[in-house]
Amino acid sequence: MGRRPAGRARAGGRGWLVLALCALYSAPTLTGVLPEDTAEVLYDKYSGDDQQVDGKTWLIRKKFADKFDVQYSRSTDVVSGASVDVRTTGASPYIEQRTEDNVSMQYLSGKTTYTVGFIHSYEPDYTSNTTTYSVSQDMFGDLTTVSMNYKREWDDIFKMLKECSTTTSPCPEDDFVKVHDPAFGMKRMDERSYGFGVTQILTRNAILAINYDLITDEGFISNPYREARYLDSTVARGWSLEPEVYPGTRTSNAIGSDLKYYLPYRAAIDLQYRYYEDTFGIHSHTVQLGYTHPWRNWTFDASARYYVQNQADFYSDLFPYADSQNFVSSNQDLSAYHSYSFGIGASYQFSIPHASWIERSTINIRYDRLVTNYENFRYWLDTNPAAGINPGEEPLFSLRADIEQIFLSLSF
Amino acid sequence: MSHSSTHSRLGAALVATAATLLLALPALAGSDSAPAPDFSLPARSGSTLSLDQFKGQVVMINFWASWCGPCRKEMPLLDDIYRRYGRMGFTLLGVNVEPDRGSALAWLKQTPVTFPILFDADSKVSKLYGVAGMPTTVFIDRKGNVRMIHESYNDGDENVYLNEIRALVQE
Amino acid sequence: MRIFRAGLLPLVLAGMGVAVALCGCSPIQPWVKPYQREHLADPIMSFDPHPASASYLDHIYSVRQAARGGTGAVGGGCGCN
Repeated sequence: MGRRPAGRARAGGRGWLVLALCALYSAPTLTGVLPEDTAEVLYDKYSGDDQQVDGKTWLIRKKFADKFDVQYSRSTDVVSGASVDVRTTGASPYIEQRTEDNVSMQYLSGKTTYTVGFIHSYEPDYTSNTTTYSVSQDMFGDLTTVSMNYKREWDDIFKMLKECSTTTSPCPEDDFVKVHDPAFGMKRMDERSYGFGVTQILTRNAILAINYDLITDEGFISNPYREARYLDSTVARGWSLEPEVYPGTRTSNAIGSDLKYYLPYRAAIDLQYRYYEDTFGIHSHTVQLGYTHPWRNWTFDASARYYVQNQADFYSDLFPYADSQNFVSSNQDLSAYHSYSFGIGASYQFSIPHASWIERSTINIRYDRLVTNYENFRYWLDTNPAAGINPGEEPLFSLRADIEQIFLSLSF
Repeated sequence: MSHSSTHSRLGAALVATAATLLLALPALAGSDSAPAPDFSLPARSGSTLSLDQFKGQVVMINFWASWCGPCRKEMPLLDDIYRRYGRMGFTLLGVNVEPDRGSALAWLKQTPVTFPILFDADSKVSKLYGVAGMPTTVFIDRKGNVRMIHESYNDGDENVYLNEIRALVQE
Repeated sequence: MRIFRAGLLPLVLAGMGVAVALCGCSPIQPWVKPYQREHLADPIMSFDPHPASASYLDHIYSVRQAARGGTGAVGGGCGCN
């Protein structure tokens, strides 16, 4: 059979082809791809501000029949010390362990992915349970992915109290035990989070993601150990503490974008921006710039992040007197500040001899330095009226932290 | 206009709709007998191969790329199919869609296959066949008509391929 | 009944148009074809190459900074004092 004359083939053939292709396009055959089977172990350390947190996480993810994907991870954090505002209120140094279990399952059907997850975290004074639901859909020839997610969290909060297990007075250090403070009892906090995201391929070299989250908290939102500071001329140092009082609810909106661009010599830049606001009166901006550069078996990446927020409506470093407002807080996290972080990371891909079933193995390290300069949170322990440092005139606080991570990742 | 003429026009419209809908009914990825557009591409061996050369044989075209996970996964299975049916008037053509051959050749060095690999560096054949997903596998019968287009690869799809090949080879 | 006067071809096209609409063909043709995705598929272009590590950093920021959400990460729990 010879070729048809060109003209006839075009008129008859193309029409059929368009119809045929249309028919094919309508069929739900294009499917997404589930991630590869993975096992990961991560060791991390946060050191800053007289607080150190050592963590370990291990994670495993497995695909079944190219349709299901199950992931489980367990994280253990050991916290020693406390943040500065808790310390200055007289809370004693402590060592605490927090454990988190996270299990999730993904189901892929054509262009839709359904994800369900459950997270349980436990530490002696805080228990948290979270369920997450997420649906995502690929469309427009897989150039666009739209996703929606819902998260519901239930938290039980206690306050620890140091008690002597014996009647010896003064109590020997070894006989101290920590129990739940019966006066505080148990407080509940509920959180609901609604999220919407779009990922859009812009060009052969650029992809943009936009995410919006509406989060609402209800119940005991503050911290059992934190107290607010007020001016008190009746005491030598000039200030005293009262329990902090938060509103009963907090609702926040955050919208963020992430743009990734491929550079011709094989590298990637990443630009992120997020705007945040909430009913505490806080507005913040987050900007991050990242760069990824592969070289032989290595991948290097660096990032710089800038974060700025104003203070919450009911925040003050020093209230004029006790009970001055309905809601009071001297929580450093609600003050006004600028925060800078720089991070660098390296990833090395290696092969394991005699183990060809391991498709890829990488060893990764990352270091981040976080510096936060507070505009209206002061170092309360520096009050010294005799030396001319009156309450409210102490040096502004500054937080410096080092964050280190090392992890091993295997994919099968 | 007469009553019967209106009815016949309406009837024609309905038939056209029905025909198109029938075409749109997905079997797996829609079956159709559109003639496969001819093309010529450079092959790994150095020569140029064109689809026309294989008229009379059952041809399976697999559009793949080294950066595509499912594509890589199915390559060894495709090689098995090629070896098994190669002598029964069947051929498999692997069309690599990457603009630069380097990554494809490097991958093939690690995971060799025996079927012909063609390079569609300027995507003209991908466009011609309306490739809408990676990988895409096209089955062409002995008369040169496209009989099935299968998109993506999931575990077990090789059985779908084998069934189609067996049916076409026996024609 | 006027539409029927125009002839058979418009009818056939209308019928096909309905069928095409029903079959879900999108009028927006993807401007980046699947075979043009080699850069986007590169692991360095992934939004989340190291999920455990990213989730850890995200957790630190959400504890020490008031902002939460807007990043596409999904997590939970506290671990803050």
